[in-house]
Amino acid sequence: MQEIIKQNALSIEKSRPGRRGIRFEKPQNTPDAYVPARYLRSHSPRLPQLSELETVRHFTNLSRQNYCLDSHFYPLGSCTMKYNPKAYDVLSTLEGFTQAHPFAPEDAVQGTLEILYNLQEMLKEITGLAAFTLQPAAGAQGELTGILAARAYFDAQKDKKRTEVIVPDTAHGTNPATSHMAGYTVVNIKSGPDGCVDKEALKNALSEKTAVVMLTVPNTVGLFEKDIREIAEMVHAAGALFYMDGANFNALIGVVKPADLGADLMHLNLHKTFAAPHGGGGPGSGPVGANEKLAAFLPKPLVEKKNGKYFLNSKLPKSLGRMKAFYGNIAVCARAYCFLRQYDAATLKEIAENAVLNANYVRVGLKDVFPAFFDVPCMHECVLTLHKDKMNGIRTADIAKRLLDYGFYAPTIYFPLIVPEAMMIEPTETESKEMLDLFVKAMHCIFEEAEKTPQTVHDAPHNQPVGRIDEVSAAREPNLRW
Amino acid sequence: MFIPHTPEDKKEMLQKIGISCVQDLFAQIPQDVRYPALHLPPALDENALTAHLHELAGKNKPLLNFIGAGCEEHFIPAAVNALSSRGEFLTAYTPYQAEASQGTLQTIYEFQSCICELFDMDVCSASHYDGATALAEACSAALRVNNKNKILYSAGLHPHYKEVLKTYLKHVPALKLEEVPLQNGTVDLAALKEKLTPDVSCFAVAGPNFLGQLEPLEDISALVHGAGALLVAVAKPLALAVLHTPGQYGADFAVAEGQTLGNAMNFGGPGLGIFTCKKEYVRQVPGRIVGIAKDKDGKRSFVLTLQAREQHIRRERAASNICSNQALCALNAVIYLTLLGYAGLREAAELNLEKAHTLKNKLVADGHKLKFDGLFFNEFVLELNTPAKQVIKKLAKKGIAAGFDLGRINKAWQNCLLVCVTETKTSADLEKYVQAIRGF
Repeated sequence: MQEIIKQNALSIEKSRPGRRGIRFEKPQNTPDAYVPARYLRSHSPRLPQLSELETVRHFTNLSRQNYCLDSHFYPLGSCTMKYNPKAYDVLSTLEGFTQAHPFAPEDAVQGTLEILYNLQEMLKEITGLAAFTLQPAAGAQGELTGILAARAYFDAQKDKKRTEVIVPDTAHGTNPATSHMAGYTVVNIKSGPDGCVDKEALKNALSEKTAVVMLTVPNTVGLFEKDIREIAEMVHAAGALFYMDGANFNALIGVVKPADLGADLMHLNLHKTFAAPHGGGGPGSGPVGANEKLAAFLPKPLVEKKNGKYFLNSKLPKSLGRMKAFYGNIAVCARAYCFLRQYDAATLKEIAENAVLNANYVRVGLKDVFPAFFDVPCMHECVLTLHKDKMNGIRTADIAKRLLDYGFYAPTIYFPLIVPEAMMIEPTETESKEMLDLFVKAMHCIFEEAEKTPQTVHDAPHNQPVGRIDEVSAAREPNLRW
Repeated sequence: MFIPHTPEDKKEMLQKIGISCVQDLFAQIPQDVRYPALHLPPALDENALTAHLHELAGKNKPLLNFIGAGCEEHFIPAAVNALSSRGEFLTAYTPYQAEASQGTLQTIYEFQSCICELFDMDVCSASHYDGATALAEACSAALRVNNKNKILYSAGLHPHYKEVLKTYLKHVPALKLEEVPLQNGTVDLAALKEKLTPDVSCFAVAGPNFLGQLEPLEDISALVHGAGALLVAVAKPLALAVLHTPGQYGADFAVAEGQTLGNAMNFGGPGLGIFTCKKEYVRQVPGRIVGIAKDKDGKRSFVLTLQAREQHIRRERAASNICSNQALCALNAVIYLTLLGYAGLREAAELNLEKAHTLKNKLVADGHKLKFDGLFFNEFVLELNTPAKQVIKKLAKKGIAAGFDLGRINKAWQNCLLVCVTETKTSADLEKYVQAIRGF
């Protein structure tokens, strides 16, 4: 009996012919009254047939098989899983906003346009950049937008020899993938022994072929690029552009404006730093900022203001083009707008300060068991590794799974690639000291288990809806649908 | 507010770290630019923020909506948002730790399954940003499949989709993008035949197209495949409950905007990019895919799979750079489809078809002219005696969003209005529209 309840039946397996959840008014005619048979569907799709209650139970029970931020500490590095205030969910989905059509007369959507315009303005102020587009749907699309803007800029100058983008080996995979999509050749450079950009390597890679240097700041080992200004100068001296990947901007918000560090272009992830929920994988939002020189190349349209009225301006002759059918993930932008209206200039920096404080507190608390790969103060996240000789063959993946048993989501693991057995921990500023203490304690317990009862760690998780999954089994003969 | 630390907490934490103040942790940041002055509006408490956002929402005027053009108003059952707004779904992220993310993973698997059934296709991804980017990625995948260098696309694609396609593919070396013209509102088959040279990788076509017209997709498919090219179709998910499916007419890739399945309009975003294809192209799919796996005891479980296509593994050789997608919108869609089932979905689709035709008939009876006389689902084009721009303004004053002004995309069509009717409109609404537009 227990087994039947535990087995997570698919909705289609619960389906009963003739059952349904929603009924509409009855149409008067069948479709063939309007459309000839050769344009009609030939056979029925196998969609589930459930009552409303069955549907509600099905999805409610599925939801209970998730760890999420609302229920668990979620220290997933580079993802900035901070608290998403409930007010923003309510306020961003007021009917006035959700019912707005993108082609409605501008007079009918002034409220939405005002939010977007003011969000653009606030992001400009926070980053020091001259213009912002809210169009990109996610960080990766923001990167593509930025790199295409750079390309449009060089094309406008008839500079055809710049064919390369330089990316450090610590970069997120999206950076090289983006550069490739924009038609550039990717030049990877090795990091220095301190985890920062190796200036010598950068110098050797820079040439008149370099279009853009993409840097994540702070970088993915959680460190601020100490030579950032010098790097920016080197990049600019070579005639190239400095693209700053703002995935980790939570460490810097209110503390420094990227434009002051020499960034020409950057994207921000509104679902990270600006507290919009992650939705199980999206939607995100990846606005892109550009300095004076590059502003004209941003995608069209942009929200502008004239005589007190807001409007979408598509007349941007130098623009790189359009990135999305409509102007961005508006519901996500509205949440970020709410967030920025709850912090003023004086308190914005507290976000960064407490995020960095929390990461260092965890780093120091775990020092004896899981040392930081670079043993220096970190920014918003710490990247730890294992004492291989003390771990009895236990690997990072095992620790991640064992953490689930202790009621914590796992850190980002095996990234960045330059750190062996990496565990990237980003607590964010919204976690309390007690929660961090508990996490540190759990990690100490796991370390002890690795020594005394390694099989427990090796076989984890033990209390999840399913046991350790054999991921290879899914790829062998892919079953991707019923 | 959202930062929980008390002064005592901070003191203890700093002590443990071995520093005297938190600013010490920012020493690497050049001092002269550290802590810049920021000119931002004063902070609001939740009470004031609530009032402020209500005021802004009030600046949007509710109109009786007859605009479609890529974003449609449909009825969303209350259970959809009630379920998808549960924190367990809303505040989780990409299910990297599968054992603690079975809920999200199973819903994605069910989404993929429902969409494959509806589209009659083999494979569906976990979601893409929107219909336009899904189309661009599908064309890009087609190029990888057959290594040819020309893409044909129908003039009947959504004008914004054409723009996104050009933006995304602009820098593919030696690529040629060519438009195939329309003849009386649908693809000019003779022109298509002529343009289908051996170097054509794929033909991208929307059915129904941007003008609402149904395309002879079986004929198009035969022409395209006969010339050795691939067919990339842009479908309309709700319409597929009654109309011929991409699988039926043999599309190789079929994409769509899935907003119409349980997602609000939200000024056009977030949307839901649906990406499907035949199984032989599964390795060219951009982004996440969920598959069935076994846990260590042999129990069925769900996991992200075929990740060798993706940016975090493949880096510059990945199928796409996509990382975050539109998971929550896909969740809305699968809840919507589960609630409605085929019977409900078919009713909704039939109502769109019927009500659009009812309004069309009423308007024609009232002396209006149609621009095209072909078949349509829930959108049609009126040719007025007055510029559509003016008509839209006048009807907005009466509380009606009249439609999309086709003069925005073609000067010759400035009197043409693209009108969309969905199941949300009552007989009284249709009557109101007829009265309001009388005489234009």
